[in-house]
Amino acid sequence: MSAYSVTAPSRRSKFFAGALVLLYTVITLLPLLWIISTGFKTGPDSIAYPPKVVFSPSLEGYVNLFTSRTRATNEQLAEMPPPANWVEEIVRRRNEVITGPSRFGERFMNSVIIGFGSTFLSIFLGTLAAYAFSRFRVPLKDDLMFFILSTRMMPPIAVAIPIFLMFRGLGLSDTHLGMILLYTGVNISLAVWLLKGFIDEIPREYEEAALIDGYTRFQAFRKVVLPQAATGIASTAIFCLIFAWNEYAFAVLLTSGNAQTAPPFIPTIIGVGGQDWPAVAAGATLFLLPVMVFTILLRKHLLRGITFGAVRK
Amino acid sequence: MAQIVIKNLRKEFGAFTAVKSSSFTVEDGEFFMLLGPSGCGKTTTLRMIAGLELPTSGEIWIDGEEVAQKPASQRDIAFVFQMFALYPHLNVRRNISYPLVSQGMSKAAVAAKVAEVARILGIEHILDKGVSGLSGGDRQRVALGRAIVRNPKAFMMDEPLGALDAEFREHMAEELRALHDRMKATTVYVTHDQLEAMQMGDKIVVMNHGVIEQFGRPQEIYDKPATLFVAEFIGSPPMNFLRFEGRVRPGQDHVRLGEAELRVPRQHEEAGGELVFGVRPEHVTLDDHAAYRGRVVASEYLGTTQILTIDTAHGAIKARVPSSQVVKSGELTGLRFTPETVTLFEAQQGRALRSALHDEGGARG
Repeated sequence: MSAYSVTAPSRRSKFFAGALVLLYTVITLLPLLWIISTGFKTGPDSIAYPPKVVFSPSLEGYVNLFTSRTRATNEQLAEMPPPANWVEEIVRRRNEVITGPSRFGERFMNSVIIGFGSTFLSIFLGTLAAYAFSRFRVPLKDDLMFFILSTRMMPPIAVAIPIFLMFRGLGLSDTHLGMILLYTGVNISLAVWLLKGFIDEIPREYEEAALIDGYTRFQAFRKVVLPQAATGIASTAIFCLIFAWNEYAFAVLLTSGNAQTAPPFIPTIIGVGGQDWPAVAAGATLFLLPVMVFTILLRKHLLRGITFGAVRK
Repeated sequence: MAQIVIKNLRKEFGAFTAVKSSSFTVEDGEFFMLLGPSGCGKTTTLRMIAGLELPTSGEIWIDGEEVAQKPASQRDIAFVFQMFALYPHLNVRRNISYPLVSQGMSKAAVAAKVAEVARILGIEHILDKGVSGLSGGDRQRVALGRAIVRNPKAFMMDEPLGALDAEFREHMAEELRALHDRMKATTVYVTHDQLEAMQMGDKIVVMNHGVIEQFGRPQEIYDKPATLFVAEFIGSPPMNFLRFEGRVRPGQDHVRLGEAELRVPRQHEEAGGELVFGVRPEHVTLDDHAAYRGRVVASEYLGTTQILTIDTAHGAIKARVPSSQVVKSGELTGLRFTPETVTLFEAQQGRALRSALHDEGGARG
């Protein structure tokens, strides 16, 4: 007998849903694939028309991304000792010599420090604030929550000029601390709202049980609420990191020599020695990795409903 | 174990008063029920005793110590939640040992204690399981285990059987009562189920709208309800009320309802105006010779007994009579009320009048 269920999806609807997801995946991943493959093309291949889908891979883009180079004449090249390694070989093939490392590594580290720093700070402050809003009688709670949300009601860049002036006055321009504070400021409203939702879902009884069991309010928060809010904290952290990591406008405006992050740096590669698309694509590919790894690491928390079944609702 | 004394306890949430000046005493080792409909303040009272809410005013004495404004962690009591509130990220063993770990007990002592509790509750086989896969009954046992493992001064239970199926509830109620008899632990138990309260409690407090309506042993509360609310809330079906205009004087032992003269316990106070004649369904018998008449409109078969619905000049009443008695719907019959069980209420305030049955009369606590 074939089992007929009213609630389980039929084969046709499963097929349809699967096809839709597949289509969406292809549409989203195609540009990504194009960027990743361009990173492994040579300069001429990257701008070939019709576009090359099959090509012989090269690390030229990555080498260019990490080095500063200068042109050399054939005579100059002939006078030089043979290339010391494969990197020099790739560069010399194009009549260039390496003059030093590029600033990409430094910019990338700036992104890491500012992105993860502001994410940590947003989550740290956001969790405490969300817990307080969720559990305590805060005077004017609704107004405060609205006020926090209202900071998201305009594009942050709308206040770029005042922030620029403030940062200059406070000496925060082009500093890591300044960028961390700025991104935290933008992210905190999202963090408080998201986390409050997650903490509201955790029954108070757990903390009350811990209070009765002899723990202080803070211990109850740390040992009972935090482990259960892990799912919410993980997803909120991903949102915060993605914003801080990808932010471009403020980074262009407020950073230059010292604290410049990768997003404003990568396009500047275009201007160095012609339009070096493989280097840009290589930079974009590397830039993508940390967020991807971070998301994959936290995926378990995103998917797992750890409180499932512990409480009857 | 400890005696718990509540004096003039009051709790306000903004403009709303959840508990209005309650006083009662839970004796050492007593199984004490807080009974009432939802929103009556029973849970708030329990939470104040536990220290999860701080009272607006009043005193709470646990074991001779005034604790009203102390945090829960300093009161040395255990709490069993309706939702069980087992820590979902810990397994059964760690759930039970959690309160001991907070006291800084040594690992060996914790292990021994947990093993002992597991044996008492018969949950040794699930100690290493996660709590989310457990059945309702096992979760209940783990929650009890977490409560008893510490030997607290008293147990607070907030509708601990409320989340279980009806069938299993009965069984758990027996288990709980047996556990109590064995441990002799002072227990305060909140429920809205009057049967549960009668079945398990040594003493019952009936609350309504933040006020204690009555406080006493289950049988006292059933036989001598102090107020109309208690008379109606306790018993299934509830007490019958025949409303009439009349007057009683001290020494009087009958009242007149329409044409019929009905005997009542000897009255001790004077009252007049709208009165209520209260009688339990099992104290109504059919008797063709009785002066008070009614018409049977429906019958409900319950095995050994049946519940008759009878229309009278003073409203519909229910009678519990043996199933063997043959009664036809539409039949006109005489009704007799066992005189010594009758309670007269004064309708305005819903208070029982003092009589030979009610020596204290209805007094709100």
